[in-house]
Amino acid sequence: KCNTNTQSEWKKSEDTQQQIIRETFHLVSKRDENVCNFLEGGLLIGGSDNKLIYRHYATLYFVFCVDSSESELGILDLIQVFVETLDKCFENVCELDLIFHVDKVHNILAEMVMGGMVLETNMNEIVTQIDAQNKLEKSEAGLAGAPARAVSAVKNMNLPEIPRNINIGDISIKVPNLPTFK
Amino acid sequence: MPAVSKGDGMRGLAVFISDIRNCKSKEAEIKRINKELANIRSKFKGDKALDGYSKKKYVCKLLFIFLLGHDIDFGHMEAVNLLSSNRYTEKQIGYLFISVLVNSNSELIRLINNAIKNDLASRNPTFMGLALHCIANVGSREMAEAFAGEIPKILVAGDTMDSVKQSAALCLLRLYRTSPDLVPMGDWTSRVVHLLNDQHLGVVTAATSLITTLAQKNPEEFKTSVSLAVSRLSRIVTSASTDLQDYTYYFVPAPWLSVKLLRLLQCYPPPEDPAVRGRLTECLETILNKAQEPPKSKKVQHSNAKNAVLFEAISLIIHHDSEPNLLVRACNQLGQFLQHRETNLRYLALESMCTLASSEFSHEAVKTHIETVINALKTERDVSVRQRAVDLLYAMCDRSNAQQIVAEMLNYLETADYSIREEIVLKVAILAEKYAVDYTWYVDTILNLIRIAGDYVSEEVWYRVIQIVINRDDVQGYAAKTVFEVRALQAPACHENLVKVGGYILGEFGNLIAGDPRSSPLIQFNLLHSKFHLCSVPTRALLLSTYIKFVNLFPEIKTTIQDVLRSDSQLKNADVELQQRAVEYLRLSTIASTDILATVLEEMPPFPERESSILAKLKKKKGPGTVTDLEEIKKERSSDMNGSAEPALNATVVTTPSPTEDLLGLGPAPVTNSPPPPPTSDILLVDVFANPAAAVAPLAPGSDDNFASPDLASSEVVSEEPADTVHDADELFHKFVCKNNGVLFENQLLQIGLKSEFRQNLGRMFIFYGNKTSTQFLNFTPTVICSDDLQSSLNLQTKPVDPTVDGGAQVQQVVNIECVSDFMEAPILNIQFRYGGTFQNLSVKLPITLNKFFQPTEMSSQDFFQRWKQLSNPKQEVQNIFKAKHPMDAEITKAKIIGFGSALLEEVDPNPANFVGAGIIHTKTTQIGCLLRLEPNLQAQMYRLTLRTSKEAVSQRLCELLSEQF
Repeated sequence: KCNTNTQSEWKKSEDTQQQIIRETFHLVSKRDENVCNFLEGGLLIGGSDNKLIYRHYATLYFVFCVDSSESELGILDLIQVFVETLDKCFENVCELDLIFHVDKVHNILAEMVMGGMVLETNMNEIVTQIDAQNKLEKSEAGLAGAPARAVSAVKNMNLPEIPRNINIGDISIKVPNLPTFK
Repeated sequence: MPAVSKGDGMRGLAVFISDIRNCKSKEAEIKRINKELANIRSKFKGDKALDGYSKKKYVCKLLFIFLLGHDIDFGHMEAVNLLSSNRYTEKQIGYLFISVLVNSNSELIRLINNAIKNDLASRNPTFMGLALHCIANVGSREMAEAFAGEIPKILVAGDTMDSVKQSAALCLLRLYRTSPDLVPMGDWTSRVVHLLNDQHLGVVTAATSLITTLAQKNPEEFKTSVSLAVSRLSRIVTSASTDLQDYTYYFVPAPWLSVKLLRLLQCYPPPEDPAVRGRLTECLETILNKAQEPPKSKKVQHSNAKNAVLFEAISLIIHHDSEPNLLVRACNQLGQFLQHRETNLRYLALESMCTLASSEFSHEAVKTHIETVINALKTERDVSVRQRAVDLLYAMCDRSNAQQIVAEMLNYLETADYSIREEIVLKVAILAEKYAVDYTWYVDTILNLIRIAGDYVSEEVWYRVIQIVINRDDVQGYAAKTVFEVRALQAPACHENLVKVGGYILGEFGNLIAGDPRSSPLIQFNLLHSKFHLCSVPTRALLLSTYIKFVNLFPEIKTTIQDVLRSDSQLKNADVELQQRAVEYLRLSTIASTDILATVLEEMPPFPERESSILAKLKKKKGPGTVTDLEEIKKERSSDMNGSAEPALNATVVTTPSPTEDLLGLGPAPVTNSPPPPPTSDILLVDVFANPAAAVAPLAPGSDDNFASPDLASSEVVSEEPADTVHDADELFHKFVCKNNGVLFENQLLQIGLKSEFRQNLGRMFIFYGNKTSTQFLNFTPTVICSDDLQSSLNLQTKPVDPTVDGGAQVQQVVNIECVSDFMEAPILNIQFRYGGTFQNLSVKLPITLNKFFQPTEMSSQDFFQRWKQLSNPKQEVQNIFKAKHPMDAEITKAKIIGFGSALLEEVDPNPANFVGAGIIHTKTTQIGCLLRLEPNLQAQMYRLTLRTSKEAVSQRLCELLSEQF
């Protein structure tokens, strides 16, 4: 019922990555609402220097794995900024946006976090960057022509079949390989 | 208009994702994915050239498939092609794919690096940003090799856009983290420091992250950042919440930057400049004051951001540990948080208080919160928080509250989460031992521990209780009585560990309670034997040993015991160990006379004192850093109260005393003998060796410093073959033990000079290579080599030098040194170069020795001898008696002891001819107090040198080093 948006640094095998995501999800999802948002790191996430810091929004968990060089509360705020930014960029963001636009989500995150380090925390700055990218994209789409128009035709016949905010079963969105905060 | 318009995606991709989502089963999903993979593969392999849009679409699909957890083994080439596209969208997808699915194929990496290089040079900020992101996300060594030189230039160039600067700073940070050796320090460092003054707060934040990490390794290079960081912080803290516009987050001005700046300041000691220091104190006070103001918003984001800054400020206050006033305020603030309704704040408060507890200024203040913390242990619903509470109780424990804390921990143990039980057991065992005033309390505590959490009690814990009971006469009777009690051995479900302790103790001291008819020998025996069949083989073996001890203690039940030993279940036991014991014990009890029995089965001799094996275990569990610091401090506080049963001083490896092993040695005499008692300091002080005739030594001026014999090694060095002999040049090496500057090596070609400085656990050495010839040296490569052992205890960082050294020229190399833990060997400096047509290869020992990290300590005579006595464990002392190699001149000797690094303590030794010194060796992980005493004997032309430190290896090494000096 919940999706895990996990960022993990391990460039080991895909198996390890999937395992980390599974276990993290398992750990986080069984926690009560009013417990703290920090989880001590197990071996899986690289030992006791690392912590899982997460926030829970409706059916979504946003989990960051950070080492001791980051402030815990600071990261909680960063997650909030991330979500607010998503909300601004997608207009009332929902899970489906995150699934169908993995690349965009990734772009937004990349404006905030780079190589595992906090790049920008100012939401307006982030949105400005994303806007600029979209403008570029638009102008290029104008050149490319047809494909984009085809998409907008499909938009209305394909997507509305799926109600927004649906319970989407066990599919998890993952954004792996965005390294941890260091 | 939302920033991401939802329709503009790729149709094929949207359809594919919908398909996947509509799959009813895992099999259907895999089938759909395989179909898609086959489709993409054929498209990629097809004859028709794909346009950028199609490539982008397929790469996007691959990415999605990968994110679902499937392997992707193709498509990399297509992604790389997208990198060189001029369209932003295509380039961007290409970079995304490369970042997520890195591939180590070297041909690909070459292409990728090429594309990145082009984008970095494009002066198009968007493309530069993409390229920098890719480098940072991949962060591989190859990338570092290719770009570590380029990025600093981009970072400090005047015309670089702010957003690119930001990315460049973090990209460099990432490369420095993965491959610090590949990031060259240089002119750019000072310009990076000035980024702290940048207009753009995003740039300042990124730069602060970078500087913080760089400064940890190169504190000198970045120390100007302190005053800049303080003034920046002060501007933020005192700004109105609207001044910083976008960087104000829920009414808190630039919280992330504030946190980063406070982190940066934690790399340095308190600023020395009083003006800067004053300003910083003001900032910290303002932050503490703001915490008391009513919130500007009810939103949790507001309090979160505010508290993030507050916690970081408190960390800095604790790190500086110098302003009692601030420390106490910090403690009070944390105290408020302990009761806050936000779980996160309670968690963080407990965590911060743990470090606060070890400061002498605030230890008492922390203790006042004991009730709250105990309450947290009882009522918190979150195991993360309870774990922190346990840690804090452990940290705040001292003699005054030990009984209460241990009792509470024991209480908690009954219901504790399984995941933290073992750690709590260790902590209880350590506290109980450390603060035991009354050893009956200690025995009770440990037995309770075994009763409550037997499964989590490791071997070390019950070994330790036996060691202590054996070593302390006054508690033996009580221990025997207690193990025998209803709550212990007589309990129906008594834990096997309790049987072990009970068996061992009754075997040794059962006689002490045998007078009571309720615990007569036979009752003791029957009680133990009733557990026998429920126990594992090692416990049974131990019980058999107890039985044979009973034969000696209680001759009246000898026949009962012999019957048991003789029974088939023992004599024909399938286990060889048990069978052998039964046979041998039976035989022994039959043929040996009472006298022989009494000798063989005598009470165990005391165990030599050593570090608690439990403490060693906890250290291993928690990592060395955390526990050691605490221990060092605790040690100071408690050193007077624990008597002989509180070793916890040296870190030698503990051989666990296996009771069975000692008993089994059926030799005619007791197997283990206690080591001879360590000589007391009184004996030492009036020792005959300390010749009271205080004669004046003949003066030999200059014997110390005229070392540079230019042709010392010249004949051996020049060789055609790259021979790897280390030029021991021991004599020169030893000269450097007591001094920091001079010539380390010289032959006909090359002279190596050294200049070095050390402070606490850090140091810096300048190596000067002088070309004595008139011909160039080519491929000149000096390398500092540390053995594997050494690498873990000594961090050395060097910068490469110019490979060409002109005739008559001198080049300089800097070595930054960090001592992580104590070490024995010296690093090797290997130098290779071509001179004329020949290859030269030589190695010398680099005189980085443990004593360089000495800080002298002045102390009074009384303090000195008190500490001397505390270090009376035989392993802590190393002594060397040796013949004087130089004329015995008191003034020169004094100069050498000071040069060695310790303080020279005058008028401490009753014999004025002797020299005593004291100091602390600073390593990153710990600090080791060292005392030394040098007693010259002029008549015999000999010295006796005694070193006492809290660590055997350190005593040993310092003694070796110093012995060579006289």
